[in-house]
Amino acid sequence: MHDAHASRPGETPVPLTASAVLVNKVGLHARPSVKLTQCAKGFAAKIELALAAGGPWTDAKSPVKVMRVKAPQGATLHFRVTGPDSKAALAAVLALVHDGFGED
Amino acid sequence: MAEIHLIGRAASPGLAIGPVTMLTAAVARRTASDDPAQEAAALRAAIEGARAEIAEQIKTIQGEVADILEFQVAMLDDDALADPAYGVISEGIAADHAWRLALDVEIAGYRAAEDEYFRARAADIVDIRDRVLAHLSGVDTVARITGGSIVAADDITPSTFLAADWSRGGAIALAAGSPSSHVAMLARARGAPMVVGLGPLSWNGQLPALALVDGDAGTVIFDPEPETRRLFEHRMAVANAAQAAVDAGRLESARTADGRRIAVLLNIAAPEDLAGLDPAICDGIGLVRTEFLFEASQGLPDEDAQYAVYRRILDWAEGRPVTIRTLDAGGDKPIAGLTIDNERNPFLGLRGIRLSLARPEVFRVQLRALCRAAVHGALKVMLPMIAVPSELDRASALLDAEFTALRAEGIACARPPLGIMVEVPAAALRAEDFGAAFYSIGSNDLTQYTMAAARDIGAVADLNDTGNPAVLALISQTVEAGRKRGVEVSLCGDAAADTRLTTALITTGLTILSVSPIAVARLKAAIAKVRS
Repeated sequence: MHDAHASRPGETPVPLTASAVLVNKVGLHARPSVKLTQCAKGFAAKIELALAAGGPWTDAKSPVKVMRVKAPQGATLHFRVTGPDSKAALAAVLALVHDGFGED
Repeated sequence: MAEIHLIGRAASPGLAIGPVTMLTAAVARRTASDDPAQEAAALRAAIEGARAEIAEQIKTIQGEVADILEFQVAMLDDDALADPAYGVISEGIAADHAWRLALDVEIAGYRAAEDEYFRARAADIVDIRDRVLAHLSGVDTVARITGGSIVAADDITPSTFLAADWSRGGAIALAAGSPSSHVAMLARARGAPMVVGLGPLSWNGQLPALALVDGDAGTVIFDPEPETRRLFEHRMAVANAAQAAVDAGRLESARTADGRRIAVLLNIAAPEDLAGLDPAICDGIGLVRTEFLFEASQGLPDEDAQYAVYRRILDWAEGRPVTIRTLDAGGDKPIAGLTIDNERNPFLGLRGIRLSLARPEVFRVQLRALCRAAVHGALKVMLPMIAVPSELDRASALLDAEFTALRAEGIACARPPLGIMVEVPAAALRAEDFGAAFYSIGSNDLTQYTMAAARDIGAVADLNDTGNPAVLALISQTVEAGRKRGVEVSLCGDAAADTRLTTALITTGLTILSVSPIAVARLKAAIAKVRS
């Protein structure tokens, strides 16, 4: 057994996490969900979201699953991102949420 | 037969009278095979067929309706929607039955939601379910509605709504439904009155022949007595006359009470914002934001794609001036692959013209597309976040270079006048020093940079006031610089649409205000009351 295994860079990537409050009028609704999943699909990283810091985690690339979360306005969305472009992916999804998905 | 009064909730305003069409669910039959593999293939084909059908519909429409259909496409694209159905099919259940079971679970999930917006999505999933079922059975189950009729139903799907011709009047009366449903949004967009939540529609014997729908009050009267109908028709005539007066006002050019002509321009974020709008409501377009072209999912747009969009907007304007702002990314508008992530203070960072000058390879493409579009109308180009004259000079040199290169290649082009947004106090204080072809005051940023207060930070939001004398002084100073240099000055921030500020803004000497299309009629009415 190799104890060093876990600490070798690139082999067991540590997920990046961050959270943002849903500010748009209707929460993570039809159009915002589509925008979020489209944005997420633009990255190779695994992107998950949850309503609590401890999960349960939902695949942010699946509109069906994201809609099932039924996140209302004012909810805090937690993101967990793992993968090569995780930093850019996290920034992009957070920006989308902060921007209210470009809605009024 | 006595008239039936039902009280529900208003979902789309307006009054309508017409014959009643009752919608009942059509049931299609299909013969299933015994082979789970064949059934799974049939479902896969039906989903693909439904998806292709919607994608085809999207091509012919824009705006809100397209968004609704794009949501359905996104859901159909996602394997997570059909996975439970495939699971049941592998256990020997027929494709249509399996699909219905799986989608009904999904629909029940939405119907049980606490939030009304999510409950309203149930109708979209029903629509998706029925569309795929129709493809499975090869039968068109979307109900057809005769134009001008009052549709009475439990609930209706966006597909059913879109299949009807609403230009001939008509309205919707639903036993269930929601003002937050996509159909309600569609009804408001198409001007079809709609009332929801009427409760069970039950008739004693004969179905009603005629109905009156009051989408303002949220009431429906089936089989009205002659006197009820006469009163309702009188109300409709009065309402139509009032609406005609408002519409006429929207088309009039704006003048103050003492006769000063004020130009009212439009702010738009995408060409879709112009769908269905008569260009006669405005004196041109004061601000086209171009950030939408650069949205992350699409990558950086090429020259031809940009040219096509700019040209469409110029064509719409029919010769009226159109001011397109070059990319204003950064700050609160990050663009993947272009803006800098994690700047410590993005509003004071590499944004607007600063970013464009730092990434000339991206900026040049936009300038080329703008030069090519300029031959199709009265195009002006403005630069965001200008702080010092050298930024304008550098952008101007890049514009000249692209124009010269295009001409050398024999490509039709023109060099549009180049102006600046005045949104940094440094530019407002020294506006005269800039060799700009025009000034356009961006009141949102000018206010936040002058007052050092962001409007989305609640604790300081009251400081973010364009009516503050310091901000108004900077606006006056810019107007004065424009007067001295003989160039136009306009204002295109949110303050232009805030009718509490109209008098103060016109008092600074401004004669051009640019607002979103929805604010045009209100602004014109406010201008008419101004006496300076």
